[in-house]
Amino acid sequence: MLQEESDLALIIAQIVQKLKGSNLYAQLERQAWASLQRPEIKLESLKEDIKEFFKISGWEKKLQNAVYSELNVFPLPSHPAAPPEHLKEPLVYMRKAQGSWEKRILKSLNSMCTELSIPLARKRPVGEQKELLNKWNEMGTDEPDLSLFRPVYAPKDFLEVLINLRNPNYENGDSHSFRTHLGLIQVPLKVKDIPELKEFFVELGLTAGQLGIDDSTQVPPELFENEHVRIGQKVLSEQDSAAAQQYIRQGSPTALRAELWALILNISSQPEVLLCFSRDTSVLGHFAYNSASPPKSYIRGKLGLEEYAVFYPPNGVIPFHGFSMYVAPLCFLYHEPSKLYQIFREMYVRFFFRLHSISSHPSGIVSLCLLFETLLQTYLPQLFYHLREIGAQPLRISFKWMVRAFSGYLATDQLLLLWDRILGYNSLEILAVLAAAVFAFRAVNLMEVTSLAAAEAVLADLSTLKVMPLLQIFLFATVT
Amino acid sequence: MSRVSVPCHVKGTVALQVGDVRTSQGRPGVLVIDVTFPSVAPFEHTSTHTPAKWVTCLRDYCLMPDPHSEEGAQEYVSLFKHQMLCDMGKVLELRLILRQPSPLWLSFTVEELQIYQQGPKDLGIWFQVSPTLPASGQYAFALQSPSMTFPKWLSHPVPCEQPAPLLEGLPDPSRVSSEVQQMWALTEMIRASHTSTRIGRFDVDGCYDLNLLSYT
Repeated sequence: MLQEESDLALIIAQIVQKLKGSNLYAQLERQAWASLQRPEIKLESLKEDIKEFFKISGWEKKLQNAVYSELNVFPLPSHPAAPPEHLKEPLVYMRKAQGSWEKRILKSLNSMCTELSIPLARKRPVGEQKELLNKWNEMGTDEPDLSLFRPVYAPKDFLEVLINLRNPNYENGDSHSFRTHLGLIQVPLKVKDIPELKEFFVELGLTAGQLGIDDSTQVPPELFENEHVRIGQKVLSEQDSAAAQQYIRQGSPTALRAELWALILNISSQPEVLLCFSRDTSVLGHFAYNSASPPKSYIRGKLGLEEYAVFYPPNGVIPFHGFSMYVAPLCFLYHEPSKLYQIFREMYVRFFFRLHSISSHPSGIVSLCLLFETLLQTYLPQLFYHLREIGAQPLRISFKWMVRAFSGYLATDQLLLLWDRILGYNSLEILAVLAAAVFAFRAVNLMEVTSLAAAEAVLADLSTLKVMPLLQIFLFATVT
Repeated sequence: MSRVSVPCHVKGTVALQVGDVRTSQGRPGVLVIDVTFPSVAPFEHTSTHTPAKWVTCLRDYCLMPDPHSEEGAQEYVSLFKHQMLCDMGKVLELRLILRQPSPLWLSFTVEELQIYQQGPKDLGIWFQVSPTLPASGQYAFALQSPSMTFPKWLSHPVPCEQPAPLLEGLPDPSRVSSEVQQMWALTEMIRASHTSTRIGRFDVDGCYDLNLLSYT
């Protein structure tokens, strides 16, 4: 077999294997059996007739969506000689840095538990169980006393770790060479430049209509908005995941957004038991391609005995200060808890986990930081140099925006337009581009400040910003 | 798909550099790795022998798309017979010539070099590149007398790093499904070698009393 065909066969085998364990597989099997009753299914052409039935009844589309979802989320099959950690993160020094960072977090959590004499997990005493059952429906309003707890870590602690990342095989000396990077990130990851970004984000260009720009009140809706809404409705009626992802690059109409995101993320319409995120063990699956690893513990203090080993928390994810900001915007879209939870979980295991683990992935936080700094240094060199000189390295200000995917900094409608594009392009790079665009927008004011505090003040309030015009101007309308 | 590993001896890397390595400021940008095969019978002089000569079998094969950045720096790479410029029937010795033009890396090499054979007419070499890939490699084989029988090489399917030509259309499904059997064996092999991180367990027999997290 030719190389390309054998590659494809390998990918197909891998996807088939994954889907075999899914609910969809069981449903398809049941549907196939049930279809035998139908008059149009004939024994002599059984295979073709069932395939035709699947096509007409929409099951083929569901299968296509599931395959498309797998292709988007899971990395390609790895080389047989590559160990599993290579799939999580190919660069050894990054894996080591992630390991050290995790150790630090675990140590910090352990010492907090010891200081406060609180166990990590225990069964609730019976009295507490009864009390909880009584107020089950008002859970959100009753808060335990959290005054003694401090956050496990804040984004700025994480930034310090990223700043100190070094490849031991790289020329890290003091002498300035042609590749000296004047920003904070000192690892040579490949990031896109503006010509490559223009190609990648081609649908955001000046000649294409955008929601967030061409739906403003001054623009007659016949020019773009009406047609765009009509196409969105058609995409939803066809239930085509791939088409939805392409469509949403130009933004989603507010009325269609909840359904479109659910279609793109391939959320099942089956009612799921609503699990608290930290108890959802299905989240553990994403650690196959996350450079991070879930923390371990041992029941009843039986340290080192594998039969007593468990993951903690059950989903393997230790949240940081501000973690809930990933969920908050979704509450505007979904009122049904089951759907809301599924959307959040899917967004986390596809995108948000990359914002707080150390990896070389192009959508990982390290690459985003480097992309931001490189864009600024290349296209706004005077501003970059000035801010550096006054001790206000730009990344120190923009890091918190990117790590929270701008949640809590932009107005909600603007944030949702931004997250539309994250879904549409299956990449977080737009966060770095927006961060650079914000600096470009406020460049005049920033050139006049003389301290980090003053720079922070200029960039403190982003709530009035319109993200799509900023992105468009930065990518497509700036003379470079 | 039986695959037989061919025992090989990888000699130490030799840097090609003009002048004295110790006093010279720059780093060598070219490395040579010789690979010999202990199972090869010693060369015999016969009246019909043709002397062994070096033949280039792969030229300017790019391993890292951008020599200055990390992309592909620690990837696993496979090479196959159909990529070779010459007949791989009779091989005495293998020489890998690696080039890394970027001065930013302290060292470069390939590691975990393995050579496989599977029946006649197939070739495969694979290796991991580490710590940073050479930007391109040139590989030369020495050809040898026809009186020797030789290990042949194995083709091993793996994602290539070089840009693949666009597929005209999809492969025939029934052919693909029959090949899937072989691929299954491959994925099973991958799965078997994984340690089970999918325990998905947070309690033992209903007990979840935990006091401290563990780390190594």
